[in-house]
Amino acid sequence: MNPKEAVPGKVEWLCSKCGLPLEVGKVEVGYLGSMFPVDLYKCPKCGQVFVPVELAEGKMAEVEKLLEDK
Amino acid sequence: MDQEELGKLEASCTQEQPPACAAACPVHVDVRAMAAAIARGDFASAAKIFRKSVPFPGIISRICDHPCQSVCKRGEVGEAVSIRALEKACLDWAKEVSASGFPPSAKDKRVAVVGAGLSGLTAAFELAKKGYSAEVFEKESRLGGSIFRFSREQLPEEVISADLKALEKVGVTIRLSAEAGRDMLIDDLCSDFDAVYLAPGEQLAGELGFGLDAAGRWIIDPLTLGTTNPKVFAGGAVRRPSGNRSPIGSMADGRRAAISIDRFLQKVSLSASRSSEGAFETRLFTSTEGIEPLPATVMSDVSRGYSLEEAVSEAKRCIQCQCLECVKVCEYLNSFKGYPKKYIRQIYNNLSIVMGHRHANKLINSCSLCGLCREVCPENLHMGTVCKDARGIMVEQGRMPPSAHEFPIRDMLFSNSEKSALTRCQPGKSGCNHLFFPGCQLSASAPEHVRKTYGFLCEKLEGGVGLMLRCCGAPAEWSGRTQLFSDSFGNIAAQWEAMERPRLIFACSTCYEIFKTHLPEADIVSLWEVLDRTGLPEGVCENTVPGRSLAIHDACGTRHEKHIHEAVRNILRKLGFAVEELALSGERTECCGYGGLMFFANPELARSVIRKRIAQSDSDYLAYCAMCRDYLASGGKRTWHLLDLLFGAPGEDLANRKGPVYTLRREHRARLKDALLEELWGEEPMEKEKYGRIRLRITDELRETLERRQILDSDIQKVIDFAESSGAKLLNSHTGHLLAHYKPAAVTYWVEYEAAEGQFTVFNAYCHRMEITERAS
Ligand code: SF4
Ligand code: SF4
Ligand code: SF4
Repeated sequence: MNPKEAVPGKVEWLCSKCGLPLEVGKVEVGYLGSMFPVDLYKCPKCGQVFVPVELAEGKMAEVEKLLEDK
Repeated sequence: MDQEELGKLEASCTQEQPPACAAACPVHVDVRAMAAAIARGDFASAAKIFRKSVPFPGIISRICDHPCQSVCKRGEVGEAVSIRALEKACLDWAKEVSASGFPPSAKDKRVAVVGAGLSGLTAAFELAKKGYSAEVFEKESRLGGSIFRFSREQLPEEVISADLKALEKVGVTIRLSAEAGRDMLIDDLCSDFDAVYLAPGEQLAGELGFGLDAAGRWIIDPLTLGTTNPKVFAGGAVRRPSGNRSPIGSMADGRRAAISIDRFLQKVSLSASRSSEGAFETRLFTSTEGIEPLPATVMSDVSRGYSLEEAVSEAKRCIQCQCLECVKVCEYLNSFKGYPKKYIRQIYNNLSIVMGHRHANKLINSCSLCGLCREVCPENLHMGTVCKDARGIMVEQGRMPPSAHEFPIRDMLFSNSEKSALTRCQPGKSGCNHLFFPGCQLSASAPEHVRKTYGFLCEKLEGGVGLMLRCCGAPAEWSGRTQLFSDSFGNIAAQWEAMERPRLIFACSTCYEIFKTHLPEADIVSLWEVLDRTGLPEGVCENTVPGRSLAIHDACGTRHEKHIHEAVRNILRKLGFAVEELALSGERTECCGYGGLMFFANPELARSVIRKRIAQSDSDYLAYCAMCRDYLASGGKRTWHLLDLLFGAPGEDLANRKGPVYTLRREHRARLKDALLEELWGEEPMEKEKYGRIRLRITDELRETLERRQILDSDIQKVIDFAESSGAKLLNSHTGHLLAHYKPAAVTYWVEYEAAEGQFTVFNAYCHRMEITERAS
């Protein structure tokens, strides 16, 4: 799940709490007992992540389906 | 559902049974495949199929007594397919085929065959092919036995000699002018050879010195062709009373004997699993309904047989027998490209997998459980029961994909929460003889109808009418959540007991079925029967145009409730409508796509079910289940609910309306409860949660997307409430929009919004089930 694939170009989102631009970093995601690290945009300070709609409806939905049928 | 039970269910589907022709053929020529090949002009493949089952194809294609033809299904619509003539044609018109097959590894056992008729030669051929050394003893000076009784015209000598060359190829040894019983004794054969097959034609059994029964017939086991001597087998014309000749029967005996001798020499069971050898009656059901009757193709030159073109035309008359009765009427079964026998196997495998991909989850969860398959199946196989049981097992194993049914289950829980559930006796009455159960979907789709119907019932029925607003629990039952269902239904049953068992009145056929199954001691009745009896509300005819016809879509839950079908039709007639019956109606009605939660597990399929259903008539449809109405209307079909005609405002065109979106469905239920509580029982409605007061602005376009993503306004409100109180949100430097996410239960929701003047404009909302671990670095 590469965030650069999902959102071409630079992200325009800032963390509104910390006032910092988001940066790519490792984030743990999991479903039905499986956990794995992925690269996502997140706030370098508080860790708040950004999941774009393309990612939620694309790759994430795909992996969810895969894990549900496993 | 254990292996045995599944095996039984699987076996009851007849689709993989052979067609009548192949079953009646003692050597099971695959006539259907042969005819299909000829029909597409592929004579080489046709010939190959024919040769595969018949060692001497030239001879058989000319003299076979063709028991296949008398049972051919085509005979019910025109004349039977001329199967033998097609066999001849495929040999005539196939380009030369090269003999296929590998030489077998030679075995050191020797078999003697007495008699060189079709039976003996077939046995010798088959045994030699298996690698045994086979020796044929024939009393005449030529091979063929009784086939020489046929005229030269029907069976030319070249055909015979060409066919018999096959014996040379496999290395059969021939001894001519050697008469058993005279030139050599059977006892000698028995000591010289490892096994003996006696196929002496009509030679007298006594001459060979064999065991006879009281009637003077040979004692031959019909299954194995074994005799009183374990080494000796016998068959062919000796098994048939004279005058009852059957060339193909003799050939089949030869093959049966070869199988027995092989088993005997390998020292394995002679009798195990042989039921499919020889002619039998197939269980395959094949409907000939709607097939145009056709006579047999005429042969322009009888002595030559079918020309190539004639053969193609005759082969095209074969109806390619198969069953698929259920697949023809069920879009679900059709969409997975198989049939129940296959599906049951796949489902069984799916349930047994410990590790690996479960391919059949969607198959199991897509069935509407409607039971139409059972109605049309010659064996009464109900795929819905199989799928429902499988779901229960998946839930038990913890293997049910959460995304399949969670949304409708949440909906059910909402209906049964204090936000929308309500049970009360009629105001001003001390008890109630009746209890009206409108069902959660009617309250969701048309809350006004619930209010008016309840008022009408209170007016018309004696002894007090109670009201119970909630969900009957069908979504839990359909999704295999047995525990959830019994908890929820137990609650309903307890309340009904506490009200001293009033008679239950249902406006929804699913509720009716659920209560009928799970509360058999209750006195239940459909609203339609009550209305048919009490008389209809006054002044309702303004919605109707006398004589106009409405096509009735019966709810699948009422499949076996003829009395409900009748009540609905009576009401329509009383209203002045003409009743139109769809081809699939009454006990053969189709599901609208909601049953079994099909729409949630497989929305594309449900949409195609709806499309197919609404294309069946141009008239407006009439439904008497709120979900059926809304689903049919979602496909663009003008559909009335029966209550629209009875309680709709005069002139109001309710057939045209789309069903409310999910959010509104919940709101309708909650508001209905609040309003009735206040108006009828003078009670204060419950206070709303804080997030419920957040005001949203959502465009119609986004509405549709939210509906597809199954996102409710309350989900959005919860995200905004969380973001605004915690400050956890993202800000778009370009548009100024805010983006926040929150996970109230299993699903994480994201909302892009903007706050202005006490309202929140929503630009987008989406969700996922994967969980994200957010950590400050
Ligand atoms: S109707 Fe369906 S389940 Fe029944 S025998 Fe035919 S193919 Fe099999
Ligand atoms: S119609 Fe075709 S498949 Fe059916 S019984 Fe006749 S030959 Fe066989
Ligand atoms: S949808 Fe209905 S007809 Fe089709 S398999 Fe399921 S229960 Fe049978």
